[in-house]
Order: sequence, then structure tokens, then C-alpha cells
Amino acid sequence: MDHSLRELYQEVILDHSRHPRHFGVLENATHKAEGYNPLCGDKVHVMLVLDKDGRVADIRFTGKGCAISQASASMMTEMLAGRTLAEAQKLMDGFIHLVKGEEAPGLSADDREHLDVMAGLSEFPMRVKCATLAWHTFSNAIEEGAIAAAEGAAS
Amino acid sequence: MTAQVKIVPGFDAAKARADFPILSRQVHGKPLVYLDSGASAQKPRVVLDAMNEFARTNYANVHRGVHYLSGAATDAYEAARRTVQKFVNAAREDEIVFTKGGTEAINLVSYSFLAPAIHPGDEIVLSVMEHHSNIVPWHFLRERQGAVLRWVDVRDDGSLDIEALDAAITPKTKLIAITHMSNVLGTVTPLAEIVARAHAKGVPVLADGAQGAVHEIVDVQALDIDFYALTGHKLYGPTGIGALYAKRKHLRAMRPFNGGGEMIREVTRDIVTYADPPARFEAGTPPIIEAVGLAAAMDYLSGFDRAAVRAHEHDLYAYARQAVGELNWVRVIGDAPGKGAILSFEAEGMHAHDVATILDREGVAVRAGHHCAQVLMERFGVASTTRASFGLYNNRSDVDTLLAGLTKAREILGS
Repeated sequence: MDHSLRELYQEVILDHSRHPRHFGVLENATHKAEGYNPLCGDKVHVMLVLDKDGRVADIRFTGKGCAISQASASMMTEMLAGRTLAEAQKLMDGFIHLVKGEEAPGLSADDREHLDVMAGLSEFPMRVKCATLAWHTFSNAIEEGAIAAAEGAAS
Repeated sequence: MTAQVKIVPGFDAAKARADFPILSRQVHGKPLVYLDSGASAQKPRVVLDAMNEFARTNYANVHRGVHYLSGAATDAYEAARRTVQKFVNAAREDEIVFTKGGTEAINLVSYSFLAPAIHPGDEIVLSVMEHHSNIVPWHFLRERQGAVLRWVDVRDDGSLDIEALDAAITPKTKLIAITHMSNVLGTVTPLAEIVARAHAKGVPVLADGAQGAVHEIVDVQALDIDFYALTGHKLYGPTGIGALYAKRKHLRAMRPFNGGGEMIREVTRDIVTYADPPARFEAGTPPIIEAVGLAAAMDYLSGFDRAAVRAHEHDLYAYARQAVGELNWVRVIGDAPGKGAILSFEAEGMHAHDVATILDREGVAVRAGHHCAQVLMERFGVASTTRASFGLYNNRSDVDTLLAGLTKAREILGS
């Protein structure tokens, strides 16, 4: 069996893709965005609650896509919960370096270990976009996806 | 450029395969199995050589200079036009307009032929299996001029419902724009019947021949079709070149699309008058080397017994269709009678992108995604499919490798 394929589709990834964590709609979201990969038609919605201290208090996603994009979104929501925006940005930068096979000095040892299952992607440059879709969507939600208080309360 | 193409009866697929240098390379340490000809076909040596030879010995700009090479290049470019004319059996060479591809050919008809005739509420009939290149140019007319797009459905097997198409034609219909062969389903449409029914109601027909020109034998006079768009790179030719066949009466009435050199008769400070077709629609320096390459590709294809090539491709498809039919976790989309050699499918519990990645590691190149046909994807309720599309160089061993790869994908990704 092709070692790099096993590395890419290892059990942790397949488990996340089959049983995504934090999957569903977040009714009281303060920020949301939709991500779209025109190459494959995959879509992901990321919704989150940013508390008054600027921490990600809650985060969920919905969408349909390949094993990589679903697993990546699932892992992202696990890792971002409870982080400040600055911490989230650092994690995202590190993740993007990691999946491209670059040095990721900004990642803590813990995060590095957690994300290690995604490191196999560096052998599959055509699939990096699948893994980064949810992260870019999160980033867009923070930058442009603030939901007006009235709309948030109504939904 | 050969003046007379000699046709060899029957089809020796193994011999033809050897004409394509790229097919002897490896990918990820495995022999390349190229099943993505529907996206773009590989090029035979004769096409590569013709372009190289022309660029090395006879190249200059066309229709401009008085010097020797300008004449030689112009001769080659115009000979290429006659090759296209023969390939689609057009009555006249000035009915062939070179474009940069099939997309530009359809956009040319949209902008130059239809746009001036469209009033709000006028209708354009399309099938749901169109490629985006035969949808978006008509959406432009909807957005800008209030045209109405009327969609004709396909049956569950992917075949076109000719009665539904007939019923969609109203007194407001200005054009029927339809594929000759679906790039996702492989469905071949009955163009002659479509044209007959459309003309009975005074409606012109455009066919998107991006796939059809490669795999079917096109005779625009027998079809009596108004417009036929084709592209070079799917036809074993180069990128950057395509052609529009259009009836002379239409071309003569059409306004220019791009403005620039070569397409004018006279330019003054106050007025401009335009050249006759086809020059009117070929502003700027055309893709000259590519035109030579396209002609070489058409000569190459015409050198085969095309019915035998078609039979070879259909045999491969039937072999592949039967093999995947035995996998109860694979759902094939598109089973129209007489369809071309394109196999689109969904594999249970596996996303097309993951399947394609695993196949790629086996050296198998397939397309995964929506294939620029999102309206069709919606019709069949799928976000994406995996597509194996066959060319004349494929063989049964390619199909076997595809099937082994699918089984491996199932092992890795599970059920």
C-alpha cells in the first residue's frame, strides 16, 4: 500500500470526516461565513460566537465535501474553541505552513502534535486547498462576517 | 500539411497509442493511464512536429507583409481553415472563423449574432446538460437584455427528451443552444432531428461541439445546422485555437465582436468599415502556429477510419460500464443509448476528490468535480462526480487499472 496515501487517509482523519465534531448550526452566532471551493463545488459554513473578551466561545460548521475538507473543518472547530483571535490567527498560520510542508515555528508543541495527522498533505499539493477551506472561511467570518445584533437575536 | 488524407480501414489502437509520446511516461512511479481526454486530449507526435516545423521554417505574421515568409505563413493559416472546412464538411471556407477555443466561438455567436436581435422576453432554449461555456454567454443576454432561458430536461438515463425540447420552442424563441455530446453524461444529441424541428418553427440552432467534434463525424451541411463550435485541444490539437462554423448568411449579417487589426476594410478619423467574414471576426494576430497544429490534428484524426475509432471507444466504454456495474457501491450517471465514451459516477461514501487522489497515486488521471456543468449536477442531485473520459489511445488495460484503483479507494476510505 502506498505509504503517503495511508499517511493522508489515516484513521484519525477518516474518523473526523465520518463523525465531524461541532457539526451543525449555531443559532446565536456573532460571526459567520460561507466558503466555496469552485474546483470541486465543496461548500462549508462556519459559525461562531466571539465573546466580549475576544475569545471563540463556540464554533460550529456545516457543509459537504471530501474527507480532507470535512476532517480539517472538524479538527479546526475542536482546536479553535476557547482561543483568542490572536491565538487563532497564529494557529491558522502554523497550520497553513504545515500542510504545505513548510516550517511552522509559530505552533506550540501541543498544537503541532495535534495537527500532525494533517502533515501528510504536504505530499499532495493539489489537495491543500481542501484542507485550508474551513480555515479561510473562519478567517472571513471574523473579518467580514459580523452578524448585526438584531439579526443575531432574531435568528 | 497534407492535401489528401489517406484513410486506413479498421483501427489499430496499439499503433495509435504509440503516436502519443506522453503516454510512455510514468506518474508517481506508475505508468500513466490517461482518462481525462474530455478535459483535454493528449497530442500525437505529428501535431507537435507540425507546429515545431512550421515555427522553425515558415513562421511570420499573416495577411500583412509582402515578404516571402508572410506569404508562406498566410498560406499555411488559410490551408488550416480549409482543413477545418473539410473536417466539418462546410460548403465554403469563409464559413469557418478561427477562435481561441469553443468558449470564444459560442461567445461570438452570443455577442455578434444574438445580442442585436434580443428584446426583453425573447427566449433561448438550452438543455440542462450544457457546459458552462454554453450557458454563461446566454446568461449575459438574460442579465443585460432581459432574455429568458428555457431549460430542457434530460431523462433519468441522461438522454435528451426531444418532445420536451420541441415543446419548449415558442414564437419568442430566438435560438436553441445545445451540446452535441455531453461532457459529463456522454449523451449524444440527435442534432439532425433537433435542427429539423427548430427550422420548422424558424429557429436557428447552435451546437457546442467541444466533445462531439472529437468523437462523432460532423457534417454541417447534412445537419443543416446554423452554428457549430469546436475546440482544438480536446481534438488532439493545441490549446488556444478553436473554430466556429456558421452559415454564410449569418456571418455576413453579424456585427464584429473584437475590434482591431485585420478585421477592417477602412479606418478613418470618423468612420470604420469592416472586412468580410471570416476576417471580420478575427481581430488581431490570430493563433497561427496553433491553427497549423489544429489542422495537423484534424488530418491525423481523418487519417483513421473514424467509424472504427468510434467503435473502439464505444467498446472501451461498454467494457468499463459493465465492470463498474458489478460494483454495488458505484452509481453511474448517464446511460443514454448510443452515448459516447464518458463514464461519470459516484462512489458510495467516497467523495470524488478523494477517489481521484487515490487513483492519481496509481497513475490514473481522471476528473473529479462538477465538470463545469453545475446545472446538470443539480439535476442529478450530486455535488460532484468522478469522470473517466476515453480517447482513441486508451485500451482495456487502462480500464483494468481504473477498476483496481477504485477497489483500492474503497479499501482506504472504507464504506
